[in-house]
Amino acid sequence: MPTALLSATPAAAAPALLAPPAAVSLLPVRARGALRLLACGSVDDGKSTLIGRLLHETQGVLDDQLAAVTRESRRFGTTGEEVDLALLLDGLEAEREQGITIDVAYRFFSTPKRAFIVADTPGHEQYTRNMATGASTSELAILLVDARKGLLEQTRRHAAIVSLLGIRHVVLAVNKMDLVGWSHERFGEVTAAFRDFSAPLAFRSVMAIPLSARRGDNIAAASPNTPWYGGPTLLDHLETIDVADEVDSPFRFPVQWVSRPHADFRGAAGTLASGRVAVGDTVVAAASGRMTTVARIVTMDRDLPEAVAGQAVTLTFADEIDAGRGDVLVPPRERAVVSRRFSADLVWMTDEEVEAGSRYLLKIGTATVPATVTRIADRLDLASLDRVPADRLALNAIGRVHVETAVPVAFDPYAQNRATGAFILIDRATQATSAAGLVIAGLDAARDVHAQASDVDPPVRAWLKGQRPLAVWLTGMPGSGKSTIASLAERRLVALGHHTMLLDGDNVRQGLNADLGFDAPSRAENVRRVGEVARLMTDAGLIVLVALVSPFRADRDRAAALFPSDRFMEVLVHASPETCRTRDPKGLYAKAEQGRIVNFTGRDQPYEPPLSPSLVLTTDELAPAQAAERLVEAILARIRNVEPDPLDSAQL
Amino acid sequence: MRAAESLVERPVERLPAAVAPAVPAPDAAPEQAAEPRLSPHLARLEAEAIFIMREVAAEFRNPVMLYSVGKDSSVMLHIARKAFFPGRPPFPCLHIATGWDFRDVITHRDRMAATYGLDLLVHTNAEAARAGVNPFDTETGEYSRLMLTEALKSALEQHGFDAAFGGARRDEEKARAKERIFSHRRGHVWDPRNQRPELWRLFNTRIAPGDSMRVFPLSNWTELDVWDYIRAEAIPIVPLYLAAERSVLVRDDNLLVVDDERMRWRPAEVMERRMVRFRTLGCWPLTGAVESQATDLDGIITEIVTSRVSERNGRLVDGAVQASMEAKKREGYF
Repeated sequence: MPTALLSATPAAAAPALLAPPAAVSLLPVRARGALRLLACGSVDDGKSTLIGRLLHETQGVLDDQLAAVTRESRRFGTTGEEVDLALLLDGLEAEREQGITIDVAYRFFSTPKRAFIVADTPGHEQYTRNMATGASTSELAILLVDARKGLLEQTRRHAAIVSLLGIRHVVLAVNKMDLVGWSHERFGEVTAAFRDFSAPLAFRSVMAIPLSARRGDNIAAASPNTPWYGGPTLLDHLETIDVADEVDSPFRFPVQWVSRPHADFRGAAGTLASGRVAVGDTVVAAASGRMTTVARIVTMDRDLPEAVAGQAVTLTFADEIDAGRGDVLVPPRERAVVSRRFSADLVWMTDEEVEAGSRYLLKIGTATVPATVTRIADRLDLASLDRVPADRLALNAIGRVHVETAVPVAFDPYAQNRATGAFILIDRATQATSAAGLVIAGLDAARDVHAQASDVDPPVRAWLKGQRPLAVWLTGMPGSGKSTIASLAERRLVALGHHTMLLDGDNVRQGLNADLGFDAPSRAENVRRVGEVARLMTDAGLIVLVALVSPFRADRDRAAALFPSDRFMEVLVHASPETCRTRDPKGLYAKAEQGRIVNFTGRDQPYEPPLSPSLVLTTDELAPAQAAERLVEAILARIRNVEPDPLDSAQL
Repeated sequence: MRAAESLVERPVERLPAAVAPAVPAPDAAPEQAAEPRLSPHLARLEAEAIFIMREVAAEFRNPVMLYSVGKDSSVMLHIARKAFFPGRPPFPCLHIATGWDFRDVITHRDRMAATYGLDLLVHTNAEAARAGVNPFDTETGEYSRLMLTEALKSALEQHGFDAAFGGARRDEEKARAKERIFSHRRGHVWDPRNQRPELWRLFNTRIAPGDSMRVFPLSNWTELDVWDYIRAEAIPIVPLYLAAERSVLVRDDNLLVVDDERMRWRPAEVMERRMVRFRTLGCWPLTGAVESQATDLDGIITEIVTSRVSERNGRLVDGAVQASMEAKKREGYF
C-alpha cells in the first residue's frame, strides 16, 4: 500500500522501497509517442512532490537516487521524518537550499502502457515565463490546487497561459486532501470554482481528481479515503487519455536546410509541421507562389512514398524551385496566410518592456526576420480574463498586439496550427528571447490574395537597364533643402544615362497620399506608402530618390527594412532651425508660427534625426549644387562597386 | 528482430573501405521494407534530434559535434548521418581524449571515423598531462576539470566553434534535467538562473560574439530509449558495453577493469575474473563496471528495465559531491 510507505520513518521505509519491481516482462509498450505534460500550480501546492510521487510509483526512482534523497531530506527536507520526494526534482543547489523550484525540470517515467515526459514548472510569479516554456511543448497540463487554499491568482494565471498556449486537456489535481479531512464538500467547492473560471478557456477535457501527492492517494491506486470519488486515478487517466487533434491540419513544410551534397542532388530538408505529403503532390512555396511537384521523399533508410506530420525528411522536386530556409511549402488549395502584418498575443518575458514601435527579430518556423510591434491593443487581466487597454507590456504580461515584419512571412492562426502559428521575438541588442507569440490573424485586408510568381524578376529588369537599383532616402526638416538637392541630383544621374524616379513628399501628398494628414499615424502611413512605392520602383530597376521630411525614426526604419541593406541609402539633409525658418520656401514656417497649421515638424512635432545615415549634407555650409554633387558621388560609389547581377541569358 | 551478435564489432577489414564513398550507402536491409523499424515513440525522438541538428547547421557559423565514442555519442553520430543524408554531416567531430581512455574506445573511434569518412578532431590537455596530472594522484574533481572541462574549452576556443553538440540526456542527472536543449554559454559558463525560455521548437540561436551554444539533441531521451534505438538501428557500439568475463579489480565497492600497465596497485590487491559490463564509459581508472550477464542488446535492455541503480552510479567522477554536475557545468563542462 503506497500510503504506508512514506509515513513510516526513513529507516523503516527503506526495505519496502527496495522491494523488487513488478514483473520483469513488463517492457514498456511504445505504440504511441510519449505523452508530454506539464505540472503547474502555486508555490507550495506540491508540484515537485507530485512528480516525485509519480516517478516513485512507476519505479522511476532508483535506489542510489532514493538513498541520496533520503540523505538530503535530513539536510534540506521540509517533511520532517518523511522522505521529501520533491528533492528528486529540485536539481539546482540554490533550489535545494531555498526549498523552491526555480526553473523548468524535465522528468521521464513510464508505465507498461505509456511513456511520459513531464515538465515541472515553477509556481511563483516572476518565473511565469518558464511556465509558458513548459506549456509550449506540452499536450496536457496538471494544474495543482491546495485543497485548503482553493484557486489562487497564480492558479488562474497558469490556467490562462495553458489555454492560451493551446493545451486542450487539463487535470485539476486537488492536492493535500488529507489536510481538509478528505472533505467531499471542499473538493466540490474547488472544482466548481474552477469550472466557473475556466469556462471561457476552451479546454476540451478537464478531469478533477482529489489526491494527496505526499501520501500517494489516488495517484496509482484508488484511495480508501475518498469513497465518494468514482473517477480514475491520476496514472489511469494519464495512461488512457487521447490528446490527438481531431482535425488533420493541411500540409505545412518549413524548409530548414537546403541539401546540396553534389551537383546531381538538390533537396529541401525539414520536418513536416502538419498534414501529409506524397510523391507526386503539387506544392507551392507560400511566399513566392512558385509551384512544383514532389519528386522524392528522401531519408537515409529509404525513399518514402508519403510522409506525415512530425517526420524529418528531405524533399526533392520535379523542377528547380528556389525554396530556401524560411520558405514554407503548402498545398495550392490550402495555403498559409502570407503577410507582413498580423495580430498576435504575446507573453512578455524580459524586464525590458514593449511599446508601439519596438523592434525585434521574429522567428517563425525556420524564418527569422526583422519585425516591429506596431501597436499594443490590450493586456489580458489574468484574474478576470478581461482584456484591458494598455500601451505597454511588462515582464509576465500577456497582451494583444499588431506586428509588422520586414518581409512577408507565411503563417496560420495559432488556434488552427500550433506549429505554424507560433513565433518568438528576440531582442536585437541582448539576443534574449523577449516574448512568446501566438498569431491571431493576418491584418491585410487582402488576406486571401496570394503572391503571383513572375518569370521576369528584379535582377532581370535591372540587368536590362544596365544599372544597380537603389533607393536614396533624403530626410530632414522642412526647408532644409531636400527637394532642391534631390531634383538637381536626378538631373545629373539622368545626364549620366541612369534610369531614375523622384518621389517628392509634397507631390506624393497631392495624389497617392491625398487622404493623409500630418498627425503621427498619418505620417507613419505616408512613409509606409512611399516606402512601398520606392520598393516597387527599385524592383522595376530604377534609382529612386525620395525627398520626404519623414520625421520619425521608427517610420524610416520600417521603410528601410523593406529593402536589402545594399539597396537602401539614408541621407540626412541638415540645416539649423534658423536657416530653415529663414528659407521657408513654401511659407509653412510662417503659417505654423501663426498657428494656422499644426503638427509642424520642428515646431509642435519633433524631428528625430537618423542615428547612422550613409551621408549627411549640411546645407548651412553647402550650396545646393555642391550638395547634389556629393550626393551623386555617393550614389555612384554605391552602384558602381557592384556589377549588375550576372545573368545567364537562358533565363530570359 | 536482428540478432544482437551482429552488432558486436567486426574486424576492420570486413567493414566498408576506409575511404567512405561521398554518399554513404543507406543501412539497407530488405526485411525493413514493409514495416518501420522504429516505434512511434523512438521515431518521434529521432525526428526531434534531426530537427535540432539541422537547425544548428543552418544557423551557426562553425558547429562541432562532441564525440565521446560512448553510446549516446554513437546515437548522435547515427542521427547526424540521417539528418544530412545524402550529404555528410556539415561539421567535424571532436573527441576529448584524456590519455586514460579505454583502448577499445580509441579503436572504435578510429574505425567509425574511417567507415563514415568523419572529419575527426582529437584534443588532449597535453600540458596538464605533462605536468603530471593523472587519475591516481590528482584529486578526482580537479582531474576532471583539467582533463575534460579545460581540454574541451581550449579545443572549442582553438577552433572558434560557436556551437557544440553534446549527447547529454535530461534523465541522467538532476542539473541536466533543468538545462535547455540550446544551452547558451557566456565564457563557456552555464548560468542556470538566467536561461533563455525555450518555446515550441523555435530555438533562439542568436549569440553575441565570443559566446557559444551547447546543444543537446538527445535531451528528451532516456537510457532505455538510447538502447532501444541502438538495437532497432543496429548501431555499432564499443564492446565494453556488453557483458564479458573480464579481469576486474574490486576496490572500494567499485569494479575496475584495468586497461593498461599504468595501474597503481595497493598492497594485497588481486584481480578476479567476473562477468561485467559498463553502463557508461569514462577514464578507465575512474569508471566502475557493473556485474552483468547482459551479453547482447536484449540483455542490456532487460537489465535497464529491471535495474534499481542509476547509470551514473558507476562514475567515480560524479560521486563525491551531490550537485557536482551543476558545479561542473558552471565551469563549462558539458
